[in-house]
Amino acid sequence: MEDVGNLMHGFAVALTWKNLLFMLVGILLGVLIGVLPGLGGANGVAILLPLTFTMSPTSAIIMLSCIYWGALFGGAITSILFNIPGEPWSVATTFDGYPMAQQGRAAEAMTAAFTSSFVGAFFAVVMITFLAPLIAKFALRFGPPEFFAVQLLTFCSFVGMGREPPIKTIASMMLGFALAAVGLDTVTGQLRMTFGFTPLLQGFDFLIAVIGLFGLGEILITMEEGLAFKGKGGRINPAIVLQTWKQLPQYWATSLRAILIGCWMGITPGGATPASFMSYGMAKRMSKNGAKFGEGQIEGVIAPETAAHAAGTSALLPMLTLGIPGSPTAAVLLGGLLIWGLQPGPLLFVEKPDFVWGLIASMYLGNIAGLIIVLTTVPWWAAILRIPFAIIAPVIVVICAIGAYTVHNNMFDVYMMVVFGVLGYLFKKLKYPLAPLVLALVLGDMAETAFRQSMLLSKGQIGIFWSNPLVGSIVTLALVLLAWPLVSRVIAALRTKPPSRPVGADVS
Amino acid sequence: MAGPEAGARGDIATRWVELVVALLFVLAGAIVIVDSLRVGITWAEDGPRAGYFPFYIGCLLTFAGLYVTVETLLRWKKIDTTFVTRDRLKPVLLMLFPSIAFVVLIAWLGIYVASFLYIGAFMLWQGKYGWLPALGVSAGLPIVLFLVFEKWFLVPLPKGPIEHLLGF
Repeated sequence: MEDVGNLMHGFAVALTWKNLLFMLVGILLGVLIGVLPGLGGANGVAILLPLTFTMSPTSAIIMLSCIYWGALFGGAITSILFNIPGEPWSVATTFDGYPMAQQGRAAEAMTAAFTSSFVGAFFAVVMITFLAPLIAKFALRFGPPEFFAVQLLTFCSFVGMGREPPIKTIASMMLGFALAAVGLDTVTGQLRMTFGFTPLLQGFDFLIAVIGLFGLGEILITMEEGLAFKGKGGRINPAIVLQTWKQLPQYWATSLRAILIGCWMGITPGGATPASFMSYGMAKRMSKNGAKFGEGQIEGVIAPETAAHAAGTSALLPMLTLGIPGSPTAAVLLGGLLIWGLQPGPLLFVEKPDFVWGLIASMYLGNIAGLIIVLTTVPWWAAILRIPFAIIAPVIVVICAIGAYTVHNNMFDVYMMVVFGVLGYLFKKLKYPLAPLVLALVLGDMAETAFRQSMLLSKGQIGIFWSNPLVGSIVTLALVLLAWPLVSRVIAALRTKPPSRPVGADVS
Repeated sequence: MAGPEAGARGDIATRWVELVVALLFVLAGAIVIVDSLRVGITWAEDGPRAGYFPFYIGCLLTFAGLYVTVETLLRWKKIDTTFVTRDRLKPVLLMLFPSIAFVVLIAWLGIYVASFLYIGAFMLWQGKYGWLPALGVSAGLPIVLFLVFEKWFLVPLPKGPIEHLLGF
């Protein structure tokens, strides 16, 4: 019950007029970011981060996290009306959302999408409310080996659960670690990989990488695909909303599965995108209408949207309690916390309860406000998408350049942003995942410090990672996940060997 | 750099891009390894040296790059997809080159004037807009940005000679 008291206190912190205003601004900006191609949750928050330096940390994080909620909502609008996923996690929403819009059921699809997003996020926030303090308390006893083990688990789960080829996940992740190592080594004071080039002394900031990879990279891909925004009108009236709400409870099983998948994928950093695909696939297999998926089934909208929002929200749980973000956007929020002088991790709950509980309370309020705002303002966002790309593209590049510059007031960062943009284009087309690169760049220094401290404790013996049951089981789990693609390939090979021809190989 | 078998003339084959990117990974890994060896990968009296951790990162990076390289070469004939066709590459480059020019111009002219030129030029040539709408958007946005950043949030952005003449 202590948590409920803390939460109520959090509501008192979050429910000031000023914070409510920031919440509103955040959600509107977030939906805008989610709707526009080239701007997404991660780089949108990164670009707006410098603007919040003058605010109090609590107001700032409330606004930034609301941008994140808004972006999660916004992605669904473009998927359903235009068949263009505004965000990677809403790709699965297009499968059934756009057919529904073609049949003139756009309003129904959007109501279902927004409502299930809300449901997914809501359950994830409830989970955070009750689990976060427990995990934080537990993690207070963590030493360097345990922290390194958790980070190892984070990175291994990318390899084991990602949709991209495992070796490319490793390549992209190691590039992130290598970039993180550039600059001054804080332990020995030596310079690494600067080659006498002064701008490299500070190392690579992951915010620059995020803005380039997800911003300019995305714009280049959109240019190549030559998208013409021809979409369905998006008018929602209250009668359809109520009618759709009446239908939704009968899909409770789909929602529940989606929530579980989403929460799991968010905490272990699978992220919102794989969660939405997994949930869609699961719903297709379990539903009695499975065969009709792809033709405009409402379940095909509910499943991915619920999971994506549950994952996006629960990604904040490891960020707050352990200082290990579960998604690129959570990583950017973590970067913000560090800039405001707050060290995320178990101690945050002890030292800054106002901040933590204010943030958790704002998650409840932000999602409720988000649902109401998107339901009422959909036609407006649909209109924004009709602005031709020849105007939107250069404007977004200008905004990315400003975002990159304001991180350190440094022109070199702007040039790097362009380089990262080209990398983002190439990586995306060659199926190198971007999220592991970003997370490795954020966590590189922390992981290295934890590893070195562990080695100091054990005088170089790797056995310290099995020195007690806790750290041992985390490391073992991590290694199992790392080896998973290999294991599953062997199992698949053994299974298909006996019959001379693979029967019923489902390549979908 | 397209292979002889790759689709139409001027199309870029996936395998070449795959190969070049994989080799770049190998190169990056090699740089990390060499520099780690320079700062020391062994154990000093007070603990691991600066190259201790990055060395293994470099090894894994090189390994991953080599793996993709070998895999690409082994499946060379089978990977007959096109990375990007010539007529789809054109809009990408028409986006990329002006953006590079824009970024270079920022250092000379400041971000406001550079944005004005960049958005204006883009709308005139790529969007085939008339002078009036192009002028409106390209002049309007920098003014809005100026108000938001310099006046409202007090975040200074790069300025050039014109702003200095106006006394900022």
